[in-house]
Amino acid sequence: MDENSSARLKRRLLGIVYRIGLFLAMLTICLPGLWIVISSLRPTVEIMAKPPVWIPQEISFDAYVSMFSGIGKGGIPVIEYFRNSLIISVTSTVIAVAIGMAGGYAFARYRFRGKSSVFLGLMLTRTVPGIALSLPLFFLYVRLGIIDTHFGVILAYVALNVPFTIWLIDGFFRQVPKDLAEAAQIDGCTRWQAFWQVEFPLAGPGIASAAIFAFLTCWNEFALASQLTRSVSAKTLPVGLLDYTAEFTIDWRGMCALAVVMIIPALTLTFIVQKHLVGGLTSGAVKG
Amino acid sequence: MATVSLKKLTKRYGNIGIVHGIDLDIADREFIALVGPSGCGKSTTLRMIAGLEEISAGSIEIGGRVVNDLPPRSRNISMVFQSYALYPHMTVRENLGFSLKIAGAAKEDMERRVAEASAILGLDTLLDRRPSQLSGGQRQRVAMGRAIVRDPDVFLFDEPLSNLDAKLRTQMRTEIKKLHAKVQSTVIYVTHDQVEAMTLADRIVIMRDGHIEQVGTPDEVFRRPATRFVAGFIGSPPMNLHEATIDDGQMVFSSGEKLPLPGQFKANVATGDKVVFGLRPDDIYPAGHGISSGGAADVHQIELPVTVTEPLGNETLVFVEFNGTDWVSRMLNPRPLRPGERVAMSLDMSQAHLFATDTGKTLRS
Repeated sequence: MDENSSARLKRRLLGIVYRIGLFLAMLTICLPGLWIVISSLRPTVEIMAKPPVWIPQEISFDAYVSMFSGIGKGGIPVIEYFRNSLIISVTSTVIAVAIGMAGGYAFARYRFRGKSSVFLGLMLTRTVPGIALSLPLFFLYVRLGIIDTHFGVILAYVALNVPFTIWLIDGFFRQVPKDLAEAAQIDGCTRWQAFWQVEFPLAGPGIASAAIFAFLTCWNEFALASQLTRSVSAKTLPVGLLDYTAEFTIDWRGMCALAVVMIIPALTLTFIVQKHLVGGLTSGAVKG
Repeated sequence: MATVSLKKLTKRYGNIGIVHGIDLDIADREFIALVGPSGCGKSTTLRMIAGLEEISAGSIEIGGRVVNDLPPRSRNISMVFQSYALYPHMTVRENLGFSLKIAGAAKEDMERRVAEASAILGLDTLLDRRPSQLSGGQRQRVAMGRAIVRDPDVFLFDEPLSNLDAKLRTQMRTEIKKLHAKVQSTVIYVTHDQVEAMTLADRIVIMRDGHIEQVGTPDEVFRRPATRFVAGFIGSPPMNLHEATIDDGQMVFSSGEKLPLPGQFKANVATGDKVVFGLRPDDIYPAGHGISSGGAADVHQIELPVTVTEPLGNETLVFVEFNGTDWVSRMLNPRPLRPGERVAMSLDMSQAHLFATDTGKTLRS
């Protein structure tokens, strides 16, 4: 065998090994999700079976049907939870991104006293586990009368997300050359116009990714929400999962079905925006 | 079109002074180059004129109107940045028309002016491309087009050619000169490249450490540099500069070598004065191979050893050893020279310069 064909063979073998490796990695990542979907479609006996049953013997959508069939028939207020989750996640994301844009821009563009300490302070808040704050927050919220309200949860989520959005958006504004805003000002823009016409569109992909991260954090958050909400009027979907636990039993199938309902919108959103994200970043948008 | 006038213009960052109260009057339609080494305050001065940098003291007038506190958009200027600063998310057409769009111009008017500018700069075929799809020279042209479209009183250029390769730079230099002839507006051009300044400008402002060293036509700053700094900065290869002490009508150098005092300075120096003697490479040449050979009145002959030669085709730069360092000389109609060879050099003392060692100022009266 000459050198060239052995090199070609080696390259092909490496390609195959590479694909197998990728497949195993993806399998590890996707298996829990897949397991949830499968578990939502099969009877509890099969879910609890030991050794595990890999291929479901019978498939039924009973869990989904009963989920929506109202209280007393094994149903839970999914629509209400969904609405609460949506209101809380969207509102707190919008606020966190707005504050993140203002803050990130200020950190990226302006010099002011105590800039690095403020920035460090913001980052340090991320080191405190949210659950550690839940008890003090609970007392505070009870006193203020905002326990079990959308407002209360939104406030907590905004505080949770702002340091992160500022940090992320700051990085993206730093990548937009300063000259561009200056050129826009010379071209007749006010400072405000220069921001919206030039800097905002260029930092757009970054702001979008900050928004996705913030949204997903809110959408999936459980620990704080479980402390700060208790009624149908404020409970979010992750907290709603607890409705499937009774004193002595846990309805795993129903819980998995609700989890699937929860995952779908988040997954869809990420898919839609991710395309724009990748597109925006690879089109060489931020190239002076 | 407009005059620009800087009065005691000052910029400080905290206690650090960047520009120290400079005065400058620029005539209508004049092409002024601000030139100097990096950190001399030339870009800061330009940015203050543009309104991108607040001024600490003094005043700026454009067309007789004080603009000290006006935002950039109210000064009717346009600026070409070193980085071009094209808007990456807009096509060339949108880049060119951006200022008109912001100003709320009518669509037909906008199209007409974009077409005019793109015709001047040969951008017609590129109008629908994005900046990332253009070469460096094309981006440069779009940046200039964007400046033209505004039809400003004053054009500001901030080192516009320094991102281009040498060949393109020469080409764009010519284009800028042609452009100025066409649009006939006042231009303030910042560069660290003295060749650009010399070739383009009506007048050159040489800056150093936030002060103006000299203002003059290219010919003036070349032939009659006001300071030792200007003498060393303008001209390529740079002027040969040596410290010497005056002793009875002669200049004595640190190595003990002597040269006669150039006639034109005799009245201005006395024995014991410390001076810096300067002679351009054009004014030193192997006998019979110089620019001024024949006509020069005050030629001094001296024999010096050759250290290195750099042939450039039509001429050769000959490095000869004098006073312990290399002197650059320019040899026209070159003949081969070997390193180590002692050559009779002609020094055209009528073209020599003398500067005071302490102040650096010229001793020419």
